[in-house]
Amino acid sequence: MTTSVAFEKARAEGRAALVGYLPAGYPSVDGSIAALRAMIDAGVDIVEVGLPYSDPLIDGPVIQTAVDAALRAGTTTTDVLRVVEAVAATGAPAVVMSYWNPLDRYGAQAFARDLAAAGGSGVITPDLTPDADDSWIPAAREHGLDTVFLVAPSSTDERIAMTTAACRGFVYATSVMGVTGTREQVGDAAAGLVGRTRATTDLPVAVGLGVSNATQAAEIAAFADGVVVGSAFVRRLLDAADPAAGVASVAELAADLAGGVRKR
Amino acid sequence: MDTRPDSGHVLSADRPGRFGPYGGRYVPEALIAALDELDREYTAARQDPAFTAELDHLLTTYTGRPTPVTEAARFGAEAAGGARVLLKREDLNHTGSHKINNVLGQALLTKRIGKPRVIAETGAGQHGVATATAAALMGLECVIYMGEEDTRRQALNVARMRLLGATVVPVTTGSRTLKDAINEALRDWVTNVETTNYVFGTVAGPHPFPTLVRDLQRVIGVEARQQVLDLTGRLPDAVAACVGGGSNAIGIFHAFVDDADVALYGFEAGGDGVATGRHAATITAGSPGVLHGARSYLLQDEMGQTIESHSISAGLDYPGVGPEHAWLKDTGRATYEPVDDADAMEAFRLLCRTEGIIPAIESSHALAGARRLGERLGPDATILVNLSGRGDKDVDTAAKWFGLMSESGEVQA
Repeated sequence: MTTSVAFEKARAEGRAALVGYLPAGYPSVDGSIAALRAMIDAGVDIVEVGLPYSDPLIDGPVIQTAVDAALRAGTTTTDVLRVVEAVAATGAPAVVMSYWNPLDRYGAQAFARDLAAAGGSGVITPDLTPDADDSWIPAAREHGLDTVFLVAPSSTDERIAMTTAACRGFVYATSVMGVTGTREQVGDAAAGLVGRTRATTDLPVAVGLGVSNATQAAEIAAFADGVVVGSAFVRRLLDAADPAAGVASVAELAADLAGGVRKR
Repeated sequence: MDTRPDSGHVLSADRPGRFGPYGGRYVPEALIAALDELDREYTAARQDPAFTAELDHLLTTYTGRPTPVTEAARFGAEAAGGARVLLKREDLNHTGSHKINNVLGQALLTKRIGKPRVIAETGAGQHGVATATAAALMGLECVIYMGEEDTRRQALNVARMRLLGATVVPVTTGSRTLKDAINEALRDWVTNVETTNYVFGTVAGPHPFPTLVRDLQRVIGVEARQQVLDLTGRLPDAVAACVGGGSNAIGIFHAFVDDADVALYGFEAGGDGVATGRHAATITAGSPGVLHGARSYLLQDEMGQTIESHSISAGLDYPGVGPEHAWLKDTGRATYEPVDDADAMEAFRLLCRTEGIIPAIESSHALAGARRLGERLGPDATILVNLSGRGDKDVDTAAKWFGLMSESGEVQA
């Protein structure tokens, strides 16, 4: 399934799509596959597979802790592709979330080719704006991958238009100014940003940063096409007594959030 | 401030902030508006006579510019193959290093933009001290991010920053050094960008920082070039500077870039030796990639993960380097070589003993490089060294290195 089909399916059901993030390689490569599959079984529509990076500058402490552990355990870019392959085999779309340098080092063309071969749907690039580099977009287009770029509350209308024109699949709107991590309030800025984004594109707009529970998911689902949850899932794995308990806890949260996105 | 236009062959015209393939802006979209604002305000400020007059006034009456050039005759004769060694005395600046040149300009820009809060990263603490100083002078709230490892190595500078009213946040992620302090500062900035300006300390990072910081440090070379001409009647044969992120080196190099007969040498921190893998010789041993918002050389593994750097000098202990240095290297205009800890400390000792000047350990890498150049070029050569900072902050480290003090800090009998 493509991300577009997943968003259409959710729209047809009168709800927002639920997007769940976990980094590959935490608590182990196989452990991350199990957790991502459990997420899908419990109602997540699209998964984001995080590529662990040494300098994750828009991630808060929760995701930093998990990716540090994944890197110390020796997780490689090849492992990330294996996770994508295993998850995409379930039929749910899997996109990679990656900082730019690991992809640059792998080679934009080579990564696009290998991700497409693994069944991946696309890549979200948190530190790569469409105007930053000339290599990624052509490589992704050639291999039919979604290019998902971020828009932020601080983005000008001109930049939002430039960004959405370069997006394929969907647009990622960051709800607040800040790093990843759960928040009490996900901010009124998000609704305004989604409105400004919609004015430039027909692509679905997913909102991320800060969402951790069904109530917040429902709040976002009222105005966005997708709700992205990351740190709250990672927190479930970090807090678990053992990997099996972590998988069960992730599934529990996914089911809860899946209820949330249906309550708009 | 020197407002002459950029040297044509260094900045590429088609893409702002690019130095050949290097530089650029690889940052989250959330920061673009702030970087654009900074770029816009800086472009306006450098053409505003009131702004440049205020900065020049501060550089003269507060910092003490121009800094002198000192002939290091005994050092040259006894330690550098008889070459004529001239020291550009950035160590005599208020706060003890060249960092204040950049910070005063950026703090004035912060006021111009109207933000009440500044943040900065620091390695050795020199940039942190300079930022805390400017913040105190201009009434700005100031938060400094410093790797926990560096707060230990440079405890005196932590105390100085706190005395100046800054909040110092020890960073406990990653290698707990400068790289991680920059990550934390960027996280703060993306969260608080509406009220906060990031006073970046070196010529790395996303556009406009490499250009902005370079322009604010250019004064070093502009002064030194004239001072050497006045003193010797000709240009130096070589200019030597230490390179971590590369701000003091760009600062002294830039005025000489168009002087084809002046060789430019950057000396990187070789740590335990490049062959050991424990070093910070980014240009010597690194490869092109993206770190902290810009494309340049960096120390990375085959997956593109940053490799931790090592150096006795906290200020050079950084796995990246400014993009303009990457371009100066690729074009062959400047030459970069590693200097290991032991050679740097030997040069440190020699300058103390021959000239009565205690240099920063960072700057001691440039002095060690000058010794090497002196041996190569011989007694007819004139070598200009950027003495970027003074060594007061390093007395503890040096005393332990030379066995004058035990690890616990007791003075040896």
